[in-house]
Amino acid sequence: MTRVLEVKGMRKYFGGIRAVDGVDFHVNKGEILGIIGPNGCGKSTLFNCILGQLTPTDGEVLLEGRPVTGLYPSELAKLGVSRTFQLLQVFPTLSVRENLILAGQEHRGTKLSRLFGRGDAGLTDAANRMIAFFELDHLADQKAGGLSYGQQKLLDAAMAFMAGPKLVLLDEPAGGVNPTMLAALKERLEAINREQGATFVVIEHNMDFVMSLCSRVVVMAEGRVLAQGTPAEVRADPAVVEAYLGH
Amino acid sequence: MDQFLQLLVAGLATGAIYALAAIGFTLVWQTSQTINFAQGEFVMLPAILALAARDLLHLPFWAAAMLATAVFLLLFGVGFKRFLVDPMLKHGVLPLAIATMALSILMKEGAKDGYSAQAAQFPSMVPEGTFSLLGAAVSLRDVAVFVVAIAAIVALQLFVTRTRLGRTMQATAQNPTVARILGVRVERMILLTFLINAGLAVFASYLISPIYLAKFSNGEVIGLSAFIAAIVGGFNQVRGALAGGFIVGLVDNLAAAYVSSGYRTAVPLGLLVVFILFKPEGLLGRREERTV
Amino acid sequence: MIRRLDPNLVVIAIAAPLLWFIPVGFKAYGLYVVSLWLVMAIAAMGLNLTLGYAGLKSLAQAAFVGIGAYTTAILTKNHGVAWPVAFLVSGALSFGVGVVLGFPALRVKFHHLAFVTLAFAMFVFLVARNEEWLTGGVYGFSNIPRPVIFGLDLSRALPFYRFVLVVTVGLSLAMWWLLRSPWGRAFQALRENWMRAASLGVDIRTYTLLAFAIGSAWGGFAGALYAPLVEFIDPAPFAISASFVMLLTVVVGGSGFFLGPFVGAFLSFVLPELLRATGGWYLLVYASVVLILLVFSPTGILGLVERAREHVAQRRAAEMRAAARPMLEGSEAR
Repeated sequence: MTRVLEVKGMRKYFGGIRAVDGVDFHVNKGEILGIIGPNGCGKSTLFNCILGQLTPTDGEVLLEGRPVTGLYPSELAKLGVSRTFQLLQVFPTLSVRENLILAGQEHRGTKLSRLFGRGDAGLTDAANRMIAFFELDHLADQKAGGLSYGQQKLLDAAMAFMAGPKLVLLDEPAGGVNPTMLAALKERLEAINREQGATFVVIEHNMDFVMSLCSRVVVMAEGRVLAQGTPAEVRADPAVVEAYLGH
Repeated sequence: MDQFLQLLVAGLATGAIYALAAIGFTLVWQTSQTINFAQGEFVMLPAILALAARDLLHLPFWAAAMLATAVFLLLFGVGFKRFLVDPMLKHGVLPLAIATMALSILMKEGAKDGYSAQAAQFPSMVPEGTFSLLGAAVSLRDVAVFVVAIAAIVALQLFVTRTRLGRTMQATAQNPTVARILGVRVERMILLTFLINAGLAVFASYLISPIYLAKFSNGEVIGLSAFIAAIVGGFNQVRGALAGGFIVGLVDNLAAAYVSSGYRTAVPLGLLVVFILFKPEGLLGRREERTV
Repeated sequence: MIRRLDPNLVVIAIAAPLLWFIPVGFKAYGLYVVSLWLVMAIAAMGLNLTLGYAGLKSLAQAAFVGIGAYTTAILTKNHGVAWPVAFLVSGALSFGVGVVLGFPALRVKFHHLAFVTLAFAMFVFLVARNEEWLTGGVYGFSNIPRPVIFGLDLSRALPFYRFVLVVTVGLSLAMWWLLRSPWGRAFQALRENWMRAASLGVDIRTYTLLAFAIGSAWGGFAGALYAPLVEFIDPAPFAISASFVMLLTVVVGGSGFFLGPFVGAFLSFVLPELLRATGGWYLLVYASVVLILLVFSPTGILGLVERAREHVAQRRAAEMRAAARPMLEGSEAR
């Protein structure tokens, strides 16, 4: 099985604080991997190290076997690594459709062809397909800033898929989303995973969401990996029960 | 060596005046996120007002200066806060900063159209003449300006650290939210910082105008020097603004003599750019947490 | 799907022929004022790209107008270079300097960036004032020639005005094209959320430099027209207060609105000339108007128009909802 992402010996220290303290894991092609852990366990720091937002103290990130440690976020994006953010990150004064076109535009052609060519034609179609898929049709021409929180979350996720990424990292996609919207989001993610064989890593607090969506789960505590395995295995692990599920 | 000593004293004198302006600048920045692009004009205007009061109302100079001080404190201490900063701040830091640019044009043009486009003599409040120091003829006025400016800064510092009101003001500047919770009347404290800023500007104005003459366009260089002093010293520190003021004053005077009088302004500017690029928190400032 | 015509383009298409004919009866001074309006609108258009669209705070736009004006004056007057060449060189030089000035923008944001650009503007002013061998110092350049292009003599006011108009329309269309291209979208993404933009593959370094450089090039182009328009240049119009005025122009017109620079330049450059007829105090009146306007509408005049339009649209939507409510309640009751 090919490993899309492999993280080896990742460490990130802030002064004396060991936010991430030696984490190893990998993600197989077509897999939905969940990363869970209590607040402050280092999940988000780990994400930011993988994605080039933070420079790791030590460790290596491999994308399809090639080292990509320390690349800029935009360079990683061009290599097919896409992400969503914990807090909402859409472009409020652009319309929903323009948000999606923007999410795809830097992945085709050159800068000059983007200025002089009619590079938009295919992208508009792709954006419209994405709008239909996430059922945002009635909002397509509205400014993203005017959407409800849940709708913006959907748009945020849709943007991550615009460029047909190899790997998508979702940072707390369920946070603050109402149950109806959450079900819609989960269904979309599963459909993309099934139909396109897309690979995800999901960081989440919402246990039900992770356990029902993911095929494999990594449990973190205090900057380290506590356990990993299928949702059932993890649920049964005494250390996990102690540290996280036990309350 | 003689010349160097003279320049040193002159540099410390102008530096102390820049420090007055820079301290006011950092105070209003701290309490209300106001980047006052009109700070230079704040220093330019009181002297013009005093001259206008003397010439138009035929007042003796001391009375004119007091009237000008009162008017300035009212307009640019209270009025500035109430009618510009308060309504603009809710729109954000940038619109407010831009509004102060418009204010700077307004003040400059007002001084030019309302008083004079020419540079005017401004009576010195400190003795003229020179005295000999290590064989160099040092300007008595420079020394006096330095002493008066430093005395003002020390007084301010004593007020802030030794009095209850001053400590409350300082606490408000550092954390308005907490101050509000503790029952401080935050609005009043902020108004106080604006009044202090205006007061420092008046002081700086009366000290610098005898040296460079009173002219509507004086604000450009003074304002720029105050920004540089504030940033070089550390944007949110009174001590920093003081140190920054001296550095800019010295660099400015030495550059005028040893580099080129035409480019004297460029040298402190170069210093500013180097600091912004390589040490943006300034000499004494704290590095603000970088958000990733 | 029929593409809806961009209203900005419609305005250009209607305004251009009107502006071609309207000033026919104007005296030389009137033509000068209208020409100045267009030239400054070009410079403001450039700053609107840098500040309004890409969100980079620059206080140096007047310095780029100065670079363009001096370049054109030196090349056409001292070296006999044809104006179109000088025009292109002015733009290219400003573009190059803009790239260099953009580098600090990669490291620092907001007020620090504003101060770096302010320092640069001051430096340009000092060079213009001190380097007499190059710029003529405080005396500047006089008798800057107006160009003859394709055999057309533009030395008289009306032909020169029309020439300015043609260049303005050309540069407006180029800017329009740029802003509706993926580049324009990337610039806006930079302004609204550069971190998210980076995560979507937007190369923020290159786009930041481009936003600076292209905006500066428009400043240079404006300068290339300014020099032959006024026929005399000295350092004063390129001082840092002029860069403040450029910034106010963009903000008052409506930062991030395509036509904002034209509205703003009218207020900053035509209104004072109109007020000049009423005696002194005109800059004072101008600054007061700007201040009052900013307090009431920090998004500028076009921002005010947009808000009014949204307000009307919202009220209409509310009325429609109110009209539809009985039906809705009826269906729920069933």
